[in-house]
Amino acid sequence: MAGTITEKIFSARCGRDVRAGEVVMAPISAAMIHDITGPLAIEKFYEMGGEKVFDPSRIIMLFDHQVPADSLNAAENQKNMRIFAKQQGIYNYDIREGVCHQVTLEKGRVSPGDIVIGSDSHTCMYGAVGAFATGVGSTDMGFALRYGCLYFRVPESIRADVTGSFQKRVGAKDLILSIIKDITVDGATYKTVEFTGETISSMNMAGRMTCCNMAIEMGGKAGIVPPDQVTRAYLSGRGSWRDENISSDPDAVYASWRDYDVSDLVPQVAVPHNVDQVVNVTDIAGTHVDQVFIGSCTNGRFEDLQEAAEVLGDKKFSDDVRVLVIPASKEEYLKALRAGIIERFVMAGALVEAPCCGPCMGGSFGLIASGEVSFSTSNRNFRGRQGSAEGKVYLGSAATAAATAIRGEITDPREVQ
Amino acid sequence: MMRVWKFGDNIDTDAIIPGRFLTINDPKELATHAFEGIRDEFSKEAKKGDIIVAGRNFGCGSSREHAPLALTGAGIQMVVAESFARIFYRNSINVGLLPVICPRASEITEADQVVPHLDEGYLEVSGKKLPTEPVPEFLRRIIDAGGLVAYAKTIRSEDLCIK
Repeated sequence: MAGTITEKIFSARCGRDVRAGEVVMAPISAAMIHDITGPLAIEKFYEMGGEKVFDPSRIIMLFDHQVPADSLNAAENQKNMRIFAKQQGIYNYDIREGVCHQVTLEKGRVSPGDIVIGSDSHTCMYGAVGAFATGVGSTDMGFALRYGCLYFRVPESIRADVTGSFQKRVGAKDLILSIIKDITVDGATYKTVEFTGETISSMNMAGRMTCCNMAIEMGGKAGIVPPDQVTRAYLSGRGSWRDENISSDPDAVYASWRDYDVSDLVPQVAVPHNVDQVVNVTDIAGTHVDQVFIGSCTNGRFEDLQEAAEVLGDKKFSDDVRVLVIPASKEEYLKALRAGIIERFVMAGALVEAPCCGPCMGGSFGLIASGEVSFSTSNRNFRGRQGSAEGKVYLGSAATAAATAIRGEITDPREVQ
Repeated sequence: MMRVWKFGDNIDTDAIIPGRFLTINDPKELATHAFEGIRDEFSKEAKKGDIIVAGRNFGCGSSREHAPLALTGAGIQMVVAESFARIFYRNSINVGLLPVICPRASEITEADQVVPHLDEGYLEVSGKKLPTEPVPEFLRRIIDAGGLVAYAKTIRSEDLCIK
């Protein structure tokens, strides 16, 4: 029976043919917990009578949202998670490695065909390597920590088929913002968004991660790119390539099929306060900004930093803008350091912080005040997301962020020479 | 008397409980910051039995379970919305907050009294009957057990599929 890649992953893992709409209890290949949602998950694990986790080697633990601990509460939460990791024999990356989703993929913890959960909504990013991955709450995570499985409603899929080549300074972030504009913030609720087409096939892993990361911003349960040679090249050196030969059947049934052509796509910006409020950068060029954040699991990779550095050249950032650059992980940070990019950001006036979530969630440092405007390469522009509920957050690519930081106002990166 | 707290579309989990309070895990303490900066009187005036009524996509955004917990900590037992974001819907059921899908939720005002008749599939709203959507069978069992923690204690090993 023909199936989507999502249906085929669930069928393979459940050991029987399952289709969209069915509720299944499925085994978990890996589970990720971090400093914000981990403490509650551990509490629920114990409330359910848990003693030993199902398999410590399948649990990924690290701290990224409030690191190093920025309050006594954060310190206590992290201390309790460290104790849990020691007791259970879970390897804890602690504060050393960076943002959970980037680290989970880099460390080879996810393979094509896996079913992975994380107690973080952007867990859907792991679909970039051909896994089914979705965010869950702490109680579901507590259940999975104990039993190694979880119930799922096998989702229908939306096929996003992308063709064409990007113009210079236009890329994956602009594409995914334009797709979210089309599908809307709840248009993919309960569904997988499956990215295919020549543009995706020729897209590097960094771009695929950006696209899958933001599937949740359409309400999606998962985002996924069928594994191919690009996936193999990324995972092989990390020990997590597995030749599952999985892709959707040609006659698989989709909830909807959307075609996108990026040939004429211009830089896109999501304006306050919903992620589907997306406009061409030219429509809002000149909007004053107070802070620019280049980083996060969405766009804090070397490729993003490199693109921003290319736009920057030997110019300086505006004195009227606070520029925060936060690589997504230690690996990405080192690549940027060795390429001389970090020095260029520092010389231009940016504050470069150690890998972590930074201002993305508005829970730690780098908050914006009332009336202030942030331009951010992260994934959410909700009211109050980066600090004051009276502030505003705009979202765009690293190229647009760099151009904006140079001029102190939202700027089309194609204009900056 | 129960009070209706009415909200619009796309109420995200950052609005329900801002990120800076997520080091708190106690529902009652979380409740003191619910809707902070968005609707400050909620945390002061909400009481047991009040309900939240909202539009589309309630609870979108983060997977933080602190969001439904902040509402249960404030005494809210039921949220009625035209639709819910997936993770919030499931988290709510897991922690014992009842999410009710009512496509005509926009007809409910803050002046209304709402009496749920969920087994019969409707809300009685100041004399009107507004249809509600049934909860999927699997989730019904979790609700009936009183949440996922209680349900987990009843689960049989053959229902699991540990590999």
